[in-house]
Amino acid sequence: MPEGVSALQLVFTADPSLVAIIKLSLLVSLSAVVLAALIGLPAGALVALTRFPGRQALIVFLNGLMGLPPVVVGLTVYLMLSRSGPLGPWGILFTPAAMVIAQTILVAPIIAALTRQTVEDLAVAYHDELAAMKVGPLGRVATLLWDARFSLVTALLAGFGRAAAEVGAIIIVGGNIEGYTRTMTTAIALETSKGDLPLAIGLGMVLIAIVFVVNALADVVRRAGRSMAG
Amino acid sequence: MRAPSHDLPIVLEKVGFRAGAVTILDDISLTLNAGGTTILIGPNGAGKTTLLRLLMGLAPASQGRLAWGGREGAAPERLSMVFQRPVMLQRSAAANVLYALSAAGVPRSERAARCAALLQTVGLSGLARRPARRLSGGEQQRLALARALARDPSVLFLDEPTASLDPAGTKAIEDLVQTIAARGVKVIMSTHDLGQARRLADDIVLLHRGRVVEHASTNSFFTAPATEEARTFIAGELLL
Amino acid sequence: MTFTPTLAILYLLLWPLTSPAVAQEKSIVVASTTSTQDSGLFEYLLPKFTAKTGIKVKVIAQGTGQALDTGRRGDADVVFVHAKSAEEKFLAEGHGVTRYPVMYNDFVLIGPMSDPAGVKGLKDVAKALQTIKDKNAIFISRGDRSGTNIAELNLWKDAGIDIAKDHGPWYKAIGQGMGAALNTASASNAYVLSDRGTWIHFKNKGDLRIVVEGDKRMFNQYGVMLVNPAKHPTVKKELGQAFIDYLISPEGQQVIAGYKIDGQQLFFPNANDPNA
Repeated sequence: MPEGVSALQLVFTADPSLVAIIKLSLLVSLSAVVLAALIGLPAGALVALTRFPGRQALIVFLNGLMGLPPVVVGLTVYLMLSRSGPLGPWGILFTPAAMVIAQTILVAPIIAALTRQTVEDLAVAYHDELAAMKVGPLGRVATLLWDARFSLVTALLAGFGRAAAEVGAIIIVGGNIEGYTRTMTTAIALETSKGDLPLAIGLGMVLIAIVFVVNALADVVRRAGRSMAG
Repeated sequence: MRAPSHDLPIVLEKVGFRAGAVTILDDISLTLNAGGTTILIGPNGAGKTTLLRLLMGLAPASQGRLAWGGREGAAPERLSMVFQRPVMLQRSAAANVLYALSAAGVPRSERAARCAALLQTVGLSGLARRPARRLSGGEQQRLALARALARDPSVLFLDEPTASLDPAGTKAIEDLVQTIAARGVKVIMSTHDLGQARRLADDIVLLHRGRVVEHASTNSFFTAPATEEARTFIAGELLL
Repeated sequence: MTFTPTLAILYLLLWPLTSPAVAQEKSIVVASTTSTQDSGLFEYLLPKFTAKTGIKVKVIAQGTGQALDTGRRGDADVVFVHAKSAEEKFLAEGHGVTRYPVMYNDFVLIGPMSDPAGVKGLKDVAKALQTIKDKNAIFISRGDRSGTNIAELNLWKDAGIDIAKDHGPWYKAIGQGMGAALNTASASNAYVLSDRGTWIHFKNKGDLRIVVEGDKRMFNQYGVMLVNPAKHPTVKKELGQAFIDYLISPEGQQVIAGYKIDGQQLFFPNANDPNA
């Protein structure tokens, strides 16, 4: 594949604008995962551990949110952050912050839904022990989340994968501005539309490689953690 | 030696437990006194686990009354329970005990010392840093005991603690139970091992199909069982 | 696991993201079109403007319709598009201050080497379109309310064809930008109307080439407007006006003329033309 070869060569010359694009992609997606985890982990644990009317409907709804179309989320966030919109005064449209917000909205349901499932399974096994030790509700949430941490890493990786791969939301709220809000996925979209397929494919390969590296790192961390505290 | 607890005797009066349409415990009237290890025996499905959980407060009685220390409606002081298959937290052995100490409200400054003492009691001092899930079955059961003792309980429940252990592990647990009982903790334990009951019990409660069939001192139970069921059970035959 | 390290990490992560909004750097947002961006003009022109004025230009490239919409919402300081009738409507609605003509390029009709409709070399683009329709040759339309799209629709009108009512499966409206339309035409050996700039800059020409050019109706005029600060107080009017002034200044006009690809000039400055 001649196009593939020349794309690799482009990558190895470490072009500064390419480096900037990669940095921004990682910054936006990782930030979104962190924020989404802060929301999704406790939310998922709470739903797993509490009983209330409509709980089953909420679980179905939460699972459904995992399939939110990115372009719809992007449009909604755009309308909120637009100067004519309710959050216009924040002035963060067309900045990386807006991109993080959009991706957080996409990723949080994934983390929450997977956390709920993991914690619910664990809660059944742990119920008697924690009750016998008279652990309160907040303690229960913290304990189950911490004990489930290795499985939850998978949930976080699923969230990261979703964030790193999407383009529909961030291209609308970020504007794909050169040097400011251009990430790997938006750059791929742009280069494709310019007909520069070699560069588009090269960026695509870099993106895939980075996602794999992140997954490999997470696996290393997980194994180290397992051997330390099992 | 622990001071005598206000929680004893435990008096059950016509206590019943239903799960849906199924009656698991029926018309249980029992008095469990201080100063002796009580052992529940009976075939599988007799309701031993349910009775222990009910006493522990993990399941509410469907009928009847439960009085601690003769005081109606009063909550018991401190109870602990060791389950047949204890769940180890995903952390080191010492961290498991520290967790229990924290849950029991022990001040942070005292926890390290108490943890070391508890691990010493159960003979796990050398394994303090080992991930709890990598301990052997017997070691995990001893760790569960250490966790239970972290609460400084007045009553300690154990649900068939040696059912899945080898003889060496079983002996270790039995020795510990005797040590704990000697310290003044009321031990209420279930088992289907008659030999174990003989070794450890001061009084025996025989459960069958959710009812108390016989409650007697160990000696009288084994030498002169009062009921047909007791005789059948002691003979090692199936109690249907 | 205490909360303090988590908060610290959060703060560190979010801080660089908020700086662009918080910092007082001199910058403007210009809503322009994908064809202008795809032509490469901005990469050539903007660094010169920034070097001269210290003002950074953030270009949001969308279809003309969307770019004007961005202006209407006050999300851009300047709009720079190429659809005069749509721009005048924008002004009439009170969203823009004044319209300044800047430059023009032209549209070209692109087609496959095999030329199934036999239109190569025709001087009359409306006739060429009529022939394409009669021969049921595949035609790709942008279908996205862009300047190019509006120009295409006007050409069908000139040919006396109501293309909205009167098209068959040979006419494919894809709803995307110029690059995507060219990609699709290249892949399906089809005809497509493109602006010359994007065409020259396009790297995936495949079997396509220019079949009709030079018809006066294929003239593509660019205009620039400051978004009305009276309607949108957050518009950076001095900085935006500085950009407009640069574009229409002799210096700016010369830069525009100087942008070439493969030795060909893409844009022809005409800020002085009162009729543009």
